Amino acid sequence: MNPVAETSTMETIQTTRSLTLVQAVTDALGTMLAEDDRVMLLGEDIGKNGGVFRATEGLQEKFGEDRVIDTPLSEAGIVGSSVGLAVNGMIPIVEIQFLGFVYPAYEQIATHVTRVRMRTMSKYTVPMVIRAPYGAGVRAPEIHSDSPESLFTHMPGIKVVCPSSPADAKGLLIAAIKDPDPVLFMEPMRLYRAVREEVPEGMYEVEIGKGKKVTEGDDVTVITWGAMVPVAKKAVEKAKAKGIQCDFIDMRTLFPLDRDIIAESVQKTGRVVVVHESHETTGVGNDILSIINKTSFLYMKAPIEKVTGFDVPVPFFALEDEYLPTPKRVEEAIEKVYTF
Amino acid sequence: MEELYPITQYVNEEGKFTDDSIKEEITAELVHSFYYNMLRIRTFDRKAKSLQRQGRLGTYALFEGQEAAQVGSALSLKKDDWVFPTYRDHGAILTFGANMPKVLLYWNGRAEGNLHPDRNIFPPAVPIATQLPHAAGAAWADKRKGNKNVSIAYFGDGATSEGDFHEGMNFASVFKLPVVFFNQNNGYAISMPIEKQMNSKTIAQKSVAYGMPGIRIDGNDIFAVYFETKKAFDRARNGDGPTLIEAVTQRFGAHTTADDPTKYRDQYEVDSTRDQLDPLLRLERFMKEQKYWDGKWEQEISTQINKEIEEAIVEMENFPKANVEDLFDHVFAEMPWPLREQKEQYLQSVRRDQ
Ligand SMILES: Cc1ncc(C[n+]2csc(CCOP(=O)(O)OP(=O)(O)O)c2C)c(N)n1
Repeated sequence: MNPVAETSTMETIQTTRSLTLVQAVTDALGTMLAEDDRVMLLGEDIGKNGGVFRATEGLQEKFGEDRVIDTPLSEAGIVGSSVGLAVNGMIPIVEIQFLGFVYPAYEQIATHVTRVRMRTMSKYTVPMVIRAPYGAGVRAPEIHSDSPESLFTHMPGIKVVCPSSPADAKGLLIAAIKDPDPVLFMEPMRLYRAVREEVPEGMYEVEIGKGKKVTEGDDVTVITWGAMVPVAKKAVEKAKAKGIQCDFIDMRTLFPLDRDIIAESVQKTGRVVVVHESHETTGVGNDILSIINKTSFLYMKAPIEKVTGFDVPVPFFALEDEYLPTPKRVEEAIEKVYTF
Repeated sequence: MEELYPITQYVNEEGKFTDDSIKEEITAELVHSFYYNMLRIRTFDRKAKSLQRQGRLGTYALFEGQEAAQVGSALSLKKDDWVFPTYRDHGAILTFGANMPKVLLYWNGRAEGNLHPDRNIFPPAVPIATQLPHAAGAAWADKRKGNKNVSIAYFGDGATSEGDFHEGMNFASVFKLPVVFFNQNNGYAISMPIEKQMNSKTIAQKSVAYGMPGIRIDGNDIFAVYFETKKAFDRARNGDGPTLIEAVTQRFGAHTTADDPTKYRDQYEVDSTRDQLDPLLRLERFMKEQKYWDGKWEQEISTQINKEIEEAIVEMENFPKANVEDLFDHVFAEMPWPLREQKEQYLQSVRRDQ
């Protein structure tokens, strides 16, 4: 896919720059800080240090200490004060250092970030973005590797976005910042520097709520997002070598899900594999199954396979490779639905 | 507030008494045990750092500079007491009696690294400040049991910004629990200097809000750490409730092996304070001054420590490989069907490959 073909606010074809995913995040943040004075960045170690992953590198220097703020070590404080900032006219972009450390802020998100609009019948709103690196596979210490998207997709009032490529990261982050509602923006930590891609310069948006076809095929639909995209991709390539053509979808937004891209593909293939890093039970995979059930039940040719993290706490890193879905597990699932 | 919470110090940078009221309690044995334990954990810390660099250990949290705070606070614990450390307090738990190969295993991503025989050592708190309420709870149980055990919770300056710090302190105070909240104020929470973390001049003053004694000590003076912590333990054992201790110290190195401190501070400046602040140097000067120093002894313990560490590394590296069954076996007492099924399928596919 050509990223420039995405919805762009510019009329002309934009020039591009080769960036990693984390650089694309920095680029999006810098673009919006320059664009809109209401935008503020809040987080631990995001200023002088430029963030523990360098996602905010150079931004405090450029935009000042009242726009890019090193906060005290307090997730509830960061998110709670951002609610106040937001209802009073600011656009706070919060960095949670690792998504596994979001839990102290969970109350603020569950009871305020997501409900202010409802409780005030849209008089007050919270157009904030909560960004956080997530996921396992980098030998990080405990709790740094969680993938708890379902805790948020289940929570009415917040959108959940999870890009897998540099261009999407930029486009979706800008869209999230411009979105009138709160967005959880999950950044796959192990893809931060995995690849470079041409990313449009300046203002560039990718619509929230739209999936993306990575490859086209008529035999099996493979659906995933975030850090599992390259894992599933390897399996899709292996399957191709065996003559199985996959329709491979990167969901990109986990709430609201792109129902159309799922239905269109499944009605063509009738065979589906859903892959996610998060635990199986109450995983977003189940919402995808539910969409397939509603839209495409009569097209199905095989039971759907899910390849997911197990229903166990994300383990210490010595066992994280065993916890994570592997290309091999995905490939087996593809073969299973194909030969059913 | 700094006047209300002056820093308690017994021995200064030059190794000389600034307050010799503890003189009577100082024995050669105690001084030697201070030095031995501090040298032991410093050697361990440096070795762990180099193992990480060689790819033989995962990301590792260094504590060089905080040895007096960690040894002094752990040395007067009794065997059945409870310790609630953070990821930076393996110096304290090693002093308390943690198993060294296990500590190394922990940093190699193994849950077995949390299993220390014969000691109540809770797994290190990775989410900041979450351990303070735990320590209050463990102390509460000991209070109910009517024994004389105490709990100690270690935490950093940054941790005081989290709600759990305040909640744990309040519980301990309300229920008058035998717990010591031991803060190592090393001046930084990753890149955040303490002046930006809080507007209070001291951490000790936060005790006022919870109606408990608050003490500020020179965390590089092992005599101050040891004797003041011991007093707080004694109060707790006698039913007089919790204490907040602020040990003012510094970390000389990076936050972890994944951190680059030159991004947020002048490392050269930090290094140049070493001569003044290094807790080991201070103790060495004291020992020389007071004629406790014995170069031959120092050589001997140094050799012995190196041998212990080398053996621990061998044991860690020879430890059996992580068992995939452990992924599933320790989530519930009895495995619910989804886990049972996932485990069976997974093991089948592993076997198919063999
Ligand atoms: C709830 C939570 N938020 C963020 C982090 C990431 N983090 C790890 S250590 C650290 C700084 C802690 O500073 P301090 O409490 O002063 O202890 P120190 O590391 O200096 O010993 C941060 C922000 C975390 N571990 N837990």
